[in-house]
Amino acid sequence: MLTAAAAAWAWSAYGQDAPLALTLKAHKFMPAEIHVKANEPSMIVLTNGDDTPEEFDSTSLKVEKVVAGHSDGNVRLRPLAPGRYPFMGEYHSETAQGVVIAE
Amino acid sequence: MLASLLIVFREVIEAGLIVGIVLAATQGVARRSLWVTSGVGAGVLGACLVAAFAERLASLFEGSGQELFNAAILLTAVAMLTWHNVWMAGHGRQIANEMRRVGAEVSAGERTLLALAIVVGVAVLREGSEVVLFLYGIAAQGGLSAGAMLGGGALGLAAGAGVSALMYYGLLAIPAHRLFAVTAWLITLLAAGMASQAVLFLQQGGYFEFLTATVWDTSWLLPESGIAGRLLHTLVGYSDAPNGAQLLVYATTIATMNVLMRTVNGRKPAPTAVPDTAV
Repeated sequence: MLTAAAAAWAWSAYGQDAPLALTLKAHKFMPAEIHVKANEPSMIVLTNGDDTPEEFDSTSLKVEKVVAGHSDGNVRLRPLAPGRYPFMGEYHSETAQGVVIAE
Repeated sequence: MLASLLIVFREVIEAGLIVGIVLAATQGVARRSLWVTSGVGAGVLGACLVAAFAERLASLFEGSGQELFNAAILLTAVAMLTWHNVWMAGHGRQIANEMRRVGAEVSAGERTLLALAIVVGVAVLREGSEVVLFLYGIAAQGGLSAGAMLGGGALGLAAGAGVSALMYYGLLAIPAHRLFAVTAWLITLLAAGMASQAVLFLQQGGYFEFLTATVWDTSWLLPESGIAGRLLHTLVGYSDAPNGAQLLVYATTIATMNVLMRTVNGRKPAPTAVPDTAV
């Protein structure tokens, strides 16, 4: 989507690393493991390839973001201490699981 | 089925606890059921609208529409809760006295009901839109499991409503002359929690990005994902890893609310200025 692309561009122009791509397909995250630099903000652009909406949900990351079917959403991550931060698609949590690893 | 029960239960409880507090805070005020029911009804309607336009909403403001919308409705609720508390600081004693004297509902509190109906409305709207999106997804997939999932959702709704009713009747067990003091504090903490949650949404949207470092982490002790952590999150805005801006706004909200309430209470004639403990 144009707006997400514009925001992603603005993000990288701001001097941050390029946003990380995350795709949801058949209620599964790809990749299921995302690596970010510890103690630096980062951004994930989630592309929902399914027909149904999904909520990117993580209590450890403090993020709740609904992404409609066949659209993109920006997920900003605060600077993270080194560690593992699981996330899930709340509406299909049996299959939609992933983890952010800060290192 | 269990998954849908849990999701619906979780969202209903979050909105339901707020409704429970509002009902307790308006104990004795005439026509409050009408106002609260209207708030819930408008919230459900709004939730369907938000869910239907989720994609359009999200794409606004360079992809930060959803975060700005959430922050805006939370801050609206904070403003309305403040209005209610300040108004009650001036009139609460009078309402409690009248209740005791005539043992009937008083009409003086009706003005503040609009504020609280809006609070109930936005609470239902926020949590409800997630339920609607989730149920829409189930319905869109169809299949044999859809019936079981919807059944689970209905059970979740009933269970959530049950817990909210417990909250309400628990509050009513508090003696009448103390009830408004307790609900005033509950509403203050509720507002502070909502304000700090709004900060988080603004930061998520790429705004208001100062003091973003996590101040402490108590997720090992009381994780926000657990039942107790979640309840505390809804009621008093508990966060297991708050950032500096959130704490600042939390404290500022409590301080502002207290100063405003004290100012209004101070303007009243002597009898109303007597501390609660003396009643």
